Amino acid sequence: MLKEGRSAAGENRIPAGCAVSSIFSRSGKRLDGSEIVRSISIMHERSNGLGGGFAGYGIYPEYAEQYAFHVFYNHQKAKEECEAFLNRHFDLVNLSKIPIRKMPQITDEPLIWRYFVTPLHTKLMESQLDEDEFVVRCVNRVNTEIDGAYIYSSGKNMGVFKAVGFPEDVGRFYRLEEYAGYCWTAHGRYPTNTPGWWGGAHPFALLDHTIVHNGEISSYDANRRCIEMYGYNCNLLTDTEVITYIFDYLVRRQGLTLEEVANVIAAPFWTTIQNRPPKERERLTYLRNVYSSLLITGPFSILVGFTGGLMALNDRLKLRSMVVGEKDDMVYIASEESAIRVVQPDLDRVWSPAGGEAVIYTLDRVKGKTAKGGVNRAH
Amino acid sequence: MPIDFLYPEYEVVRDASRCIACRACERQCSNEVHAFDEELECMVSDESRCVNCHRCVSICPTRALKIVKTDHTFRENANWTGDTIRELYRQAGSGGVLLSSMGNPKPLPVYWDRLLLNASQVTNPSIDPLREPMETKTFLGKKPTKIERDEDGRIKTELTPQLELSTPILFSAMSYGSISYNAHESLARAAEALGIYYNTGEGGLHQDFYKYGANTIVQVASGRFGVHKDYLSAGAAIEIKMGQGAKPGIGGHLPGTKIVGDVSRTRMIPEGSDAISPAPHHDIYSIEDLRQLVFSLKEASGYKKPVIVKIAAVHNVAAIASGIARSGADIIAIDGFRGGTGAAPTRIRDNVGIPIELALAAVDQRLRDEGIRNTVSLVVGGSVRSSADVVKAIALGADACYIGTAALLALGCHLCRSCQTGKCNWGIATQRPDLVKRLNPDIGMRRLVNLVNAWTHEIKEIMGGMGINSIEALRGNRLMLRGVGLTEKELEILGVKHAGE
Repeated sequence: MLKEGRSAAGENRIPAGCAVSSIFSRSGKRLDGSEIVRSISIMHERSNGLGGGFAGYGIYPEYAEQYAFHVFYNHQKAKEECEAFLNRHFDLVNLSKIPIRKMPQITDEPLIWRYFVTPLHTKLMESQLDEDEFVVRCVNRVNTEIDGAYIYSSGKNMGVFKAVGFPEDVGRFYRLEEYAGYCWTAHGRYPTNTPGWWGGAHPFALLDHTIVHNGEISSYDANRRCIEMYGYNCNLLTDTEVITYIFDYLVRRQGLTLEEVANVIAAPFWTTIQNRPPKERERLTYLRNVYSSLLITGPFSILVGFTGGLMALNDRLKLRSMVVGEKDDMVYIASEESAIRVVQPDLDRVWSPAGGEAVIYTLDRVKGKTAKGGVNRAH
Repeated sequence: MPIDFLYPEYEVVRDASRCIACRACERQCSNEVHAFDEELECMVSDESRCVNCHRCVSICPTRALKIVKTDHTFRENANWTGDTIRELYRQAGSGGVLLSSMGNPKPLPVYWDRLLLNASQVTNPSIDPLREPMETKTFLGKKPTKIERDEDGRIKTELTPQLELSTPILFSAMSYGSISYNAHESLARAAEALGIYYNTGEGGLHQDFYKYGANTIVQVASGRFGVHKDYLSAGAAIEIKMGQGAKPGIGGHLPGTKIVGDVSRTRMIPEGSDAISPAPHHDIYSIEDLRQLVFSLKEASGYKKPVIVKIAAVHNVAAIASGIARSGADIIAIDGFRGGTGAAPTRIRDNVGIPIELALAAVDQRLRDEGIRNTVSLVVGGSVRSSADVVKAIALGADACYIGTAALLALGCHLCRSCQTGKCNWGIATQRPDLVKRLNPDIGMRRLVNLVNAWTHEIKEIMGGMGINSIEALRGNRLMLRGVGLTEKELEILGVKHAGE
């Protein structure tokens, strides 16, 4: 399986267009995966069959305390090496093949395995790291050092399912109707290259943060060269990978709230900042100045899944479409309104967030991630 | 000695059918090239004095004048060129060190011209700066590695002092003394009007210009001329000059003839005495000493001003910059080997130092490899000739660019490279009152403002084409660059791919 972007001419970044969709239950009601598959499939034209994927939250209640690793292996040897590594660093509570449905639309699948793990106490103490950082570094090591192994999902009580194919086929391939979660995100990919690599499909994930992204960011290399200073390796050569690391860095390591992250990556224009009240102006100026290399320019619409919540964000010029719909406790966010109406024709409210306006939903019972519960609209 | 006779390099061509013998050229030429021959009743010229500054050509009301390179020649020799032979004769006659002005004119590689810029097509829209906001505001200074919050969870927004620029361009250091009062006034007022900064150089700050302090960078160099507490407090930032691209490793020498009147008072040295800046700072013999000077200056200015350390681009520039970044400096300025000067030994100017493009790429990458790029800002100069050079510098990793020669050109400099004579016909590099008054600060300022505004328009246009609408998203964005006609090694150092890759 050839990693994309690797060619005789060297390494090249692959631009891509796309579709995104998500369904979120604020009350924490768990829905099976068939709805999200229906939603993304209506936007078939926005994908070209070279990548589709899903993230589900709350899908592993029986292993809620373990990190769930989803891993692609190119060959048996990679699996042996990776499992030896995992055994040295983690307590493996459960391991299994991820159940799939063989179908003609999805071919050349790698070995796809799932592990529920907890860091070995002794290793963790020895590393002097907190649990999350320990896991991040282990994932990074496997992905960069073990040839043919790729851990693409590593959070607790959540999981990523992705493949080369149209998203509706990917959903059926992974039998998503057999999982139930309170939040689902989905992605259909339209890369401008030859047959993709399974790992290159969205969502991209690190710990429990997942990103699905539509767009091509013009600030890519500025962002990449900045984030690589902090120990991240952008070896997948996609925009989305860099956005994933930016979120991890700003949220987990710098302690920013999601609204603050939005103020960094889709910062308001200086003219807007100038007209804010003094305190707010100082705060926004500070964030833009301090994290200036993490400003993302160029078109994007992203959906960020995290434990207990969902965030949607457009680039500051709104160069990509994105629509939000609400019905009772349910929230739907998608590239097109059609993807919402197909699963919920009767909406209480539907609107398009402005460029740079972060739309954040959290579970009614989960506080803390954001100051307020429910919906926050930061700008 | 006939050996010492050198045929003039330039010939003054006067169209007799146009010349009206108004004698304007005679009055305008401080080099006394032109004279009126009473007997012949026509203008004559002594070409041996001509520096090819175009003053007479520009002023001639009938366009009767032009200056051409002489076709008089030595026997062709690719090794012993005419310049080489001439310089050798001059040294054999005088026993002296050759002096030159402005930047290195040799045909060495200009990497800016070997770098090409990207633009959006199909997958990503380009942005029209006439219809959408396009931001060039730039902050220079140290960024914290961690945010802090107060007890209510609000981010504490105090930062170490920063410079705020409306566009990523600053006027680089040129001292009062090396250039005229009117040139300084033009730079100071333009910096204020533009929301950028100019730099005093090592000549102190004239009392009249303290009012432009908010847009002034005050320099502290090895001679410490004009440095006192009020001076340090007057500017927006303090620059320690360790080196200059045109003459790395050596000091400076402003001849006593230029130390007159206000120049003497501003430098705080007696009239007519030579102002000699030592090659090193005699209190800085190593990096730990630099740290002490950085903090001495911060103490003296109450930690209210960012401190810039300016160095020349030399072979080991990346390691030196890394040391400076850890010395407490807020900004590092790097001056490339093409940087200008009011006077430098020719051999030093033409043979010492490295191109700014390579130095910048190496420094930016080194600071990133060490994870400290955000603890310091990078300003580069020597030589930045156009908005395209600025864009390329920022894409390579600079925060902003210093422009010196470009600013002087805007004021009328014609790059005759004779500043060391002190007889600048354009009123820039001179202290002779009759010449200084030729530079009108109202016009000078307006031309500088025009230049920087024009460049800013172009920068916005180029950024928009790339689909970038804020300058920080361009900074270090090397994928926006491609090399053309460069070797693997050059591409590796620049950190860019070749065109077509």
